[in-house]
Order: sequence, then structure tokens, then C-alpha cells
Amino acid sequence: MHQMTVTELSGLANRIRQHCVRMTGKANASHIGSALSSADILAALYGRALRYDPKRPDWPDRDRFIMSKGHACTALYATLAESGFFPIQALETFYQNGSPLAGHVMHKDNPGVELSTGSLGHGLPVATGMAIAAKRDGRPSRVFCLVSDGECDEGSVWESALFAPQHNLDNLVVIVDYNGIQSLGFVKDVIDMNPFADKWRAFRWSVRELNGHDMAGLEQALTQVPFEVGRPSCIIAHTVKGKGVSYMENKLLWHYRAPLGEDQTKALAELEQNQ
Amino acid sequence: MRNAFLKELFELAKKDERIVLIVGDLGFGVVNPFMEQLPRQFLNAGVAEQNMTGMAAGMALSGKIAYTYSIGNFPTMRCLEHVRNDVCYHNANVKIVTVGGGFAYGAMGATHHAIEDLAVMRAMPGMMVVAPGDPVEAKAATRAITEFPGPCYLRLGKAGEPIVHQAEIQFELGKAIRMREGRDATLICTGGILQTAVRTAERLAAEGIQTRLLSMHTLKPLDTEAVLAAARETHAIFTLEEHSILGGLGSAVAEVIAEADVPKIPFKRIGVPPGFSPYIGSQEYMQERHGLTPEAIAKTVENTILQVVPSTAT
Repeated sequence: MHQMTVTELSGLANRIRQHCVRMTGKANASHIGSALSSADILAALYGRALRYDPKRPDWPDRDRFIMSKGHACTALYATLAESGFFPIQALETFYQNGSPLAGHVMHKDNPGVELSTGSLGHGLPVATGMAIAAKRDGRPSRVFCLVSDGECDEGSVWESALFAPQHNLDNLVVIVDYNGIQSLGFVKDVIDMNPFADKWRAFRWSVRELNGHDMAGLEQALTQVPFEVGRPSCIIAHTVKGKGVSYMENKLLWHYRAPLGEDQTKALAELEQNQ
Repeated sequence: MRNAFLKELFELAKKDERIVLIVGDLGFGVVNPFMEQLPRQFLNAGVAEQNMTGMAAGMALSGKIAYTYSIGNFPTMRCLEHVRNDVCYHNANVKIVTVGGGFAYGAMGATHHAIEDLAVMRAMPGMMVVAPGDPVEAKAATRAITEFPGPCYLRLGKAGEPIVHQAEIQFELGKAIRMREGRDATLICTGGILQTAVRTAERLAAEGIQTRLLSMHTLKPLDTEAVLAAARETHAIFTLEEHSILGGLGSAVAEVIAEADVPKIPFKRIGVPPGFSPYIGSQEYMQERHGLTPEAIAKTVENTILQVVPSTAT
């Protein structure tokens, strides 16, 4: 597999964002802001960090990626299409009648999708199971799980957070897309996660905080896991909801609103300009 | 039943390293051989059923046959959405096993009364539901569900139930075991109340009522052929379960006969009324309070048949 340079990874992230805007607009669907905040992380994973073969999505030794924040599915679908798992044209069917590309991550008929998600707090337990299975079978697979900040309200996330260090699952990586906005408001106003990194540290994870839009930093961190032998890794990626489209950035409204008409034209023009 | 299950699973796991047993911090004194001799196939998830179930799905999606194990309501209802989305939607090879079905933990209080579990698990898409009637069935069921590649719920009683099947049985998932033949009525039971059903049938026979007795160890998929045959060949159907009459065996059987082209015959669900039991106590006490003794069941059967006979005669 070709390992992308940082510039190429940024180009991939930009293409993912453009797909997300088009898909969400065409579908008149929600969650564009959540997709845009995770685009750089997904680009760094699929363009650089993950070991996979799009021709063999069931390859037992592959790394697994679980998109636990299933509402940001457009970013995953776009990334998988850009990575060769299915044709880019298929993205046009997103959210349409009869399409396999549902409005939350769906595995059925979508090669490369490891787990259907949509209800929050499911990804990390399943990822933990995959990680322990790989350990016990002596396989080299690593499991990366992307969760949202609001998702960390779910108790199940912390059940896994307790369990994984107990079993020294250093092949497990959780990435928090910490964009600071959840469904009904700012995370700090709903249920403040701070001190967030300290929480994970207290649960015995090896934690790094970084700017989730700094591609060089993402690339470096994701290729350096595990940060400590014998411990699961946690990357708290500080991100901006709606990143890449100026009028969407850090706005709760764009958790819901679809970029239609002039909004879409403007968003795509901005992204193309930054390509 | 619990011991029969664990012993059989231990034997199977020795020969098949895909089998993993994940417990929810339960099984003191009984899971020890497994834990000590097959440590790489054993996990204690701690008191955390959501993570336990999600992990089981993750392990199954990585090629394992993952068993989760806890008390009645915990690995089922506590983490139900993980059962639905992680296990069922992915058709993951996960077997959810509970002990304490019905009122086996009657004195522990309503939190431990497992009387809606069959209804809830039966509603889960693609979930097979099995409730063996005695240790012999429990052993056979353990082997059968291990060979079945998909989600399954196995509802056990506790330890020390009587062995009802004295001879070897032909156990097939989805196929009821006919324990007794009669034409006056059919008694269909599921789970650990099998012994009570046998005694009820004996009691009825002594009073001249001959019953067909079916051990419906697999609740889903239901043996509809056996139900329809009972509707055609016998004069009444009674279902018996240590479970709410809402959504379990009684409902499953009623659904089949209501939609089938069969003679209208008396039908009654015998079980626990929907709602929390107002009682606590030993399993025997709870059965007595809920009319689940051979005497009480026989009386219900007799009364139902007698009520109907005069009306059909006129």
C-alpha cells in the first residue's frame, strides 16, 4: 500500500470533506459538522496508519477501524471509497431509497465497514473484543476506534475504558474527536468532560492530546502507537466542528442543517480553494 | 442445569479453541476449572454487561464462539441494545447464557426474577432462544448451540434440578421432544418446569385425562409442526412456563394456532401473570403462589376442559 505524504494526506482529507458536503447536501441530511471535524483523522488513518487491503476486506490480519460516532458516516463512506473499498460514484446514493449507505454507519453490503453504529457507546466495547481476540490469537492486528466527545457521556465507553488496561491491550487505540459540541449544546455546558485527558490517564490509558487538524501531528501520533507497551492508547484530538467550511465552524446549527443551494456552492468553493 | 452446561462447555472448549467464556463477575466455585485450565479462553468482564456483550460481538467477529454468562436479567436486559445492534445485527456468533431462569432466585427479590427474558430475547432479530428442561437437555443444548453459527440465548435454571429424561434423548434445535402421548389435551412446556409438567400429566392420567406432553426446549424458532399437530390431533392445548404469559411460550404458541387453519380448541397459557410478583421466596414457594404446582396446573387443565365440554355438547 502506498504510504501518503503529509501533503497527500491533506489532499485526501480535503476530498473527503468535499464528498461529505455533496453527500449531505444531496441527501438533505444532518451531521455535516461532525463529519468535517473527523475528516483529517480518517485521512491519516486510511492514508497512512492502518494496514488493510481493499481487495481483501476480510483479511484476518488487517487492522480494524471502528467509527463509533456513526452519525458522521459520510466521512467514513467517503474515506472507504477514496481508499478503494467501493466506487466513488456509490457515494451519490447516500441516504437514498434502497442504498446500502445509510445515515448512520452500516456494514451490510459496504465492504470495509467493520461495524454498524449509530447508537453511541457501542464501538469501543466491540473494538475491545476485537483487540483481545487479536492478542489471544497472536495476530498483529490493531484496532482503532473513533468516538465523539458527547459519546463519552455513555457509561459503556467507560466500561471498556476500565477493562482494556486491565488486559494490557496495547493494540487498542481510542481517538476522541473532541470538537466540543454535542447534540444540544457545547460539551462544557451539557456534561463537561474536563479534565478529559486526566480521566483517561486515571483509567490507565497512555494519552496524547493533539490538534486533530494538524496532519503532521496526526500522522506522527497514529504511527507511533502504542505509546507505551502494555497499555491502550488514547488520542484526544482537539477539533473544530464543521472544520474547513468557514460559516459552519464551531456552530451547533451545522450538527443538523444540510448544505443546500448557495450554502453548498460556497462550501465547495472554499474547500476547492484550499485543495 | 448450570453444572451440566459448564461441564459440557468445558469439554467442548478443550477441543475447540475458538470457544471463549466471558462471565460478568459471576460463577463463584463453578467456573473455576474453565478459568484455571483454559485461561486463554476465559474472561471476566467484571460487573459491566454492556462492555461484556460488545466485546463478545467483537471477539465473534474475529472468529470466536463467544459465550457470555450471568444471572437472568443482566446479560439480556441490562445491555439489550448491545445484544440487538452488536450481536444480532452483525449475526455475531455469540451465545448469551443465563442462570436463574424464572424464580430460581425467588428469594433474592424482583430484580432477580427472570420472568420476561424469553419474551425480550424472542423479539431480538435473528436470535435463537433455547430453554432446556433438565440437565440432560441442557447438556445436549450446549453442544447444539455451539455448532449453530449465530446468535443464541440459552436460559438455564440453577443447580440441582432433577434429571427428567432417564433415557438418552434425540435433541434437535427447533424440534420439540414428545415425552408422553395422549389425545385429551397437549401440555407444551419450556424450561426448568419440565418436571412439574411430567407430574401434572401423571396426575391428569390418574384422573382419566390423557395428555400429550411436549418439551419445547427451543422457543425460537418454534416447532410449529408440533404445535399444529397438537391442534389437529388433541382436544386442547395448554402452555406451561415459569415466565410471564406475555410474550413467551404461550404467546408463541398462540400466534401459531391463531393464524393456522386448525380446529378451534380450548387453549390456555399457564405461567406468571404480567407484572412484578408481589412475593419473594424459594422457587417452590414462588411456584406455589403462582399456581405452578402439578395440583394447581392439573386443576386449571380440568376446569378448562370441563368448561368447554358442556358448551360444545349443546
